[in-house]
Amino acid sequence: MLSRIPIKNGVKKVKLNSLQKRKLISWLFLLPSFLGVMLFFVAPFGVVIYYSLINNPIQKEFVGFANYVNVWKNAAFQQASHNTLVFSFLAVPLAVVLSLFLAAVMESRIPFKSYFRTFFLSPLMVPTASVVLIWQVMFHYNGIVNNFMMFFGKDKIDWLKSDKAAVVIIALFLWKNLGYNMILFMAALASVPKDLLEVAALESANKWQVFWIVKVRYLSSTILFVAIMSLISSFKVFREVYLMSGDYPYSTLYILQHFMNNTFASLDYQKLSSAAIIMFIVVTILVYAMYAVENFFGKDVEG
Amino acid sequence: MSVQVSFTQKHKRQKKRFENFKTVVVTIAAIIFAAIFLLPTILTFTNSFMSAAEISANYGSVFATTEKGGKVFISKTVNLKFIPDMVTFNQYFTVLFKSPEYLFKFWNSVIYVGPIVVIQLLIATLASYGFARYSGKLKNAIFFAYIIMMLMPYQVTLVPNFLVSRAIGIYGTRWAIWLPGMFSPFAVYLLTKFMKRIPTEVMEAASIDGANEWYIFSRVCMPLCKGGIASIAILVFFDYWNMVEQPLILLPDADMHPLSVFLSKINAGEISLAFAVAVIYLVPPLLIFLYGEDYLVEGISYQGGIKG
Repeated sequence: MLSRIPIKNGVKKVKLNSLQKRKLISWLFLLPSFLGVMLFFVAPFGVVIYYSLINNPIQKEFVGFANYVNVWKNAAFQQASHNTLVFSFLAVPLAVVLSLFLAAVMESRIPFKSYFRTFFLSPLMVPTASVVLIWQVMFHYNGIVNNFMMFFGKDKIDWLKSDKAAVVIIALFLWKNLGYNMILFMAALASVPKDLLEVAALESANKWQVFWIVKVRYLSSTILFVAIMSLISSFKVFREVYLMSGDYPYSTLYILQHFMNNTFASLDYQKLSSAAIIMFIVVTILVYAMYAVENFFGKDVEG
Repeated sequence: MSVQVSFTQKHKRQKKRFENFKTVVVTIAAIIFAAIFLLPTILTFTNSFMSAAEISANYGSVFATTEKGGKVFISKTVNLKFIPDMVTFNQYFTVLFKSPEYLFKFWNSVIYVGPIVVIQLLIATLASYGFARYSGKLKNAIFFAYIIMMLMPYQVTLVPNFLVSRAIGIYGTRWAIWLPGMFSPFAVYLLTKFMKRIPTEVMEAASIDGANEWYIFSRVCMPLCKGGIASIAILVFFDYWNMVEQPLILLPDADMHPLSVFLSKINAGEISLAFAVAVIYLVPPLLIFLYGEDYLVEGISYQGGIKG
């Protein structure tokens, strides 16, 4: 408890002291987390940078950017980053658009709304390992997706062992993540100020105009958030790929986590560190770019 | 005048009919979406009640191609079935009473995820209070570092995790999974956003009344954040229950792997058990989801807007 300080000393001084004390205490609350994050995430990053600049952990000779050049030229790294980037660039916009669509569906007049919400959100809780068997059965060469395709007169595709493998993974990604994004959009749509919509109605805007010009613009910060969260989860799609096709998948499914796993296995610290730093920089640039785009388009609607 | 009135009435009626038509179309679209979203989970459930012979007959060719050496009956076509020919609990019986390895791996999952969820939330609640209570330049800079760390994919953060766990000698032990999970910045970020929405006046009022910081934290702030803490705990649970990357890199001993990794390595000879194991693995998150859905939705809703 705070010790009782006599009022005589002057209110201002007492307040300042207790405020300082409280600020100091607020740092104590922060301390356990701060130490842990420092120890496990931030400080070793310094070591990662150091490792990326030396030739090997024994000789410790400074080699400049040689490791980066090596990783950059590495065929496996190129393949993996190409696949990962293609996947993210396709999956993230799709996730944003489709979940906005789902949220719009949920906003319209439909019966059993809360059930639909539960259904759409349910894949979020399903562990990948639990449904991976069903995915394998569905996308097998003789599986139901191909049967369905044949019904429409299309050729069979060996989904997981062809260039179409990315389609499967994007489908699984969307399946798992749309519900979460939908909830974010539903909340944002519900918070569009009523008077803004009334003004739009007074100016006889039609529903499409209201949706695209008023709501979507108002949603820009949510769109940014959904895009960033989707980008993060798009890097987690390794789970699906690994559980479906193991350590050595078809080449279009070889993504960055595979590359890292193999590099971990060979304990090549230089490769590992420079690859991690390159990814760090790329992710930072991507997030910053998204942030800048949102800033540019959404400036005038921020309250 | 009267012509105009009847025209508007007709127009209104047409408009209403169009609205009804639209509702039907949107509802059908929603049903199709819902079917796609539910199908894999439902199929996993129904297939877990099939007999071993039925599963091999239906899916033998799928799993015979992925595993070498397993001797299973192979049919040419894959026959995905909703309803088993004969409902049997044999698979569950085998998993629960005859094959301890699955329960052992399930227990591994519990051992990893339980402490991570509890302690990550505990540390994060304290830290978020620290971030949300007073802000300053230094704190903002630290929070920014948290955001960067949270945004980084495992491919990046596992490298520092790996180096530290080797350096302090926990590599290959359960601690290598526990400690980085407990200190993950994810929950801190979301909870801080949650707490910053509490009006400052609420806590100031308590502090003017002479309450100390611990009292304000535990009696004023915590009750207001219950919903947020519950929802983030649920999200963290789902994420770690589904973990794959960390054990692959930090635990070379496959006996210590959680069921999420082990399930994919199931032998071709035992695929009949796989569905039952999958369902057993699904039960804890399912119960949490059904029980906590409203918390979850409320918590996710609060997150929107990265600047908030």
